[in-house]
Amino acid sequence: MESDQPAIEVINLTKCYGPRKAIDGINFEVSRGQVVGFLGPNGAGKSTTMRVLSGIMPATSGVARICGYPVASQSAEVKKRIGYMPESNPLPEDMRVIEYLRYRAHLKEIPTRKIRDRVEEAMEVCELHRKPRRRLIGTLSKGYRQRVGIADAILARPDVIIMDEPTIGLDPHQILGIRNLIDTLRGEMTVILSSHILPEIEICCDKVIIINQGRVVANGTSQSLRQQFLPNTRYRLRTSLSKPNLELILPSVGRELRLHSSMETDLAGVREFIVEAPSTLDLTEAFIDALRARHASIHEIARLQPNLEDIFMSATKRSWDEVLPETNTKKAKQADEEDEEGSETPAQTKA
Amino acid sequence: MRHFLTLFSHELRMLLIAPATYVASVLFLLLMGLIYLLVLNEAGTRESDLPPSVLFFQVFWVPVFFMVPLLTMRSIAEERRLGTLEALMTTPATAFQIVLSKFLGAYVFYLLLWGMTIAFPYIAAYGLESTADKQSVLEIAPMMGGYLFIALSGLLYIALGIFASSLTRSQLVAGMLCFSLLFIIVISGQLLLRLPVQDFSWMHWLDAPLEYIRSFKHLEDFSRGMVDTRPFVMYLSNAALLLGITTLVVESKA
Repeated sequence: MESDQPAIEVINLTKCYGPRKAIDGINFEVSRGQVVGFLGPNGAGKSTTMRVLSGIMPATSGVARICGYPVASQSAEVKKRIGYMPESNPLPEDMRVIEYLRYRAHLKEIPTRKIRDRVEEAMEVCELHRKPRRRLIGTLSKGYRQRVGIADAILARPDVIIMDEPTIGLDPHQILGIRNLIDTLRGEMTVILSSHILPEIEICCDKVIIINQGRVVANGTSQSLRQQFLPNTRYRLRTSLSKPNLELILPSVGRELRLHSSMETDLAGVREFIVEAPSTLDLTEAFIDALRARHASIHEIARLQPNLEDIFMSATKRSWDEVLPETNTKKAKQADEEDEEGSETPAQTKA
Repeated sequence: MRHFLTLFSHELRMLLIAPATYVASVLFLLLMGLIYLLVLNEAGTRESDLPPSVLFFQVFWVPVFFMVPLLTMRSIAEERRLGTLEALMTTPATAFQIVLSKFLGAYVFYLLLWGMTIAFPYIAAYGLESTADKQSVLEIAPMMGGYLFIALSGLLYIALGIFASSLTRSQLVAGMLCFSLLFIIVISGQLLLRLPVQDFSWMHWLDAPLEYIRSFKHLEDFSRGMVDTRPFVMYLSNAALLLGITTLVVESKA
């Protein structure tokens, strides 16, 4: 049963705090060995979902399974298979790093003769093995404390690692380290992590789940989300061509092109144009040819990839629009799309 | 069982490295030493045949009232506030193991503190040879009975403190709650017996239960060398009940 089971399965999960729904019927699935980024604005329900998944908090309704074991009824089995790093990363202040990790290793049922090796390994991976190993946790800087939390989460080599904002408070160098660390886990363990640092998620995650107001608003690879939420790509052209002339050549480069903006640059006679085009096409070559044919000088042609930030903004904006009362026709149409995505997003089926 | 041992040794280690442990011990011993001195004084001046140990244990409630809340208020409330309880609950260790390790950690410390007071009679007997009557000071039976009572009642008091600590994330609230509950179970039996309501015939049925829960009565019996099984049942069963409830509380709102 182990191999074909998804590592994490969430079906119609709802959690209410009194009358307020923190998460509202969310569904998603993560297959084994995937690294999944969990995104959402503050208060979207990311931490709640993770807490339910780690079995600390019961859900109001719905099913969450880790490696096929329901979190609610077989929490003992689930707890053997997860490594959880809570949001605030609570650690005992008056223990030394190595003592704490050994203590946690004992609790996580690592065989006694392997504990020493595992602890050393986890400390080495998180770069805690030199100076900080014997320091008191209370005296460590934020970055090192984060690492202790991550070391604790990977200590027992669990099937599923749940990390709530692991990179918060780390400097770029350390973030790079964490990214490499997550890369080494890929394939072996399933990792689900939440973060506000979007480029981070984009680089290290195989799949992105964006939630807002307790609903999954986007789910898929960042490539498929790009197609879904931002069907247009922008090109930046810096050329000596004048605006009317550029508008003339646009149809010859491709259909559905639209001039977004044009402005003067510092260089005399060179203008910068932003052109929108469907993201399915690669038009760089076509632009070069068209500009060459007009004998215009080319200073720059760049295809601007929409990054996760744009997708995030677009996806969360859509779901905000959905709950706001004012609806013009376009927004209503988008809202309809969202409802269809309620159970399973098209992006996911595509992926 | 394995998790329990891990958790328990962790508790003991945390006790050993915490400065608060040593401060509490020193204060406890200072107070108890003072009480013992007063007791010796009293025994010397008053013509009574009670050995000093009996008088000493009669004020057992003084240290209980301030030590038990101090010892236990921290345990679960602090872990809850810091969030380490949450981290603990995601490991395969069960809530009961966590609660039991906290309980036994505090209980062992409580016994240790009381255990240190065993030195007092010996210090008095050998250090103040000219003033103290060795035989009366070192009388073994009331001491054994008294310490047995302390060990037994400590089970319930510490369990009560752990229970209070599990209800809240504020140490202060836990401490106050523990103090109030202790006050009720230690003093109330004694006080209620003094109320004039006892005179009414229809209240007579109250006598037996009040007599049953009266800690001072148990102490009296124990220090006279009468080891009754009824207090055993009462303290053990209530301690177990409280620990069970505490486990449920921890499980439901980790």
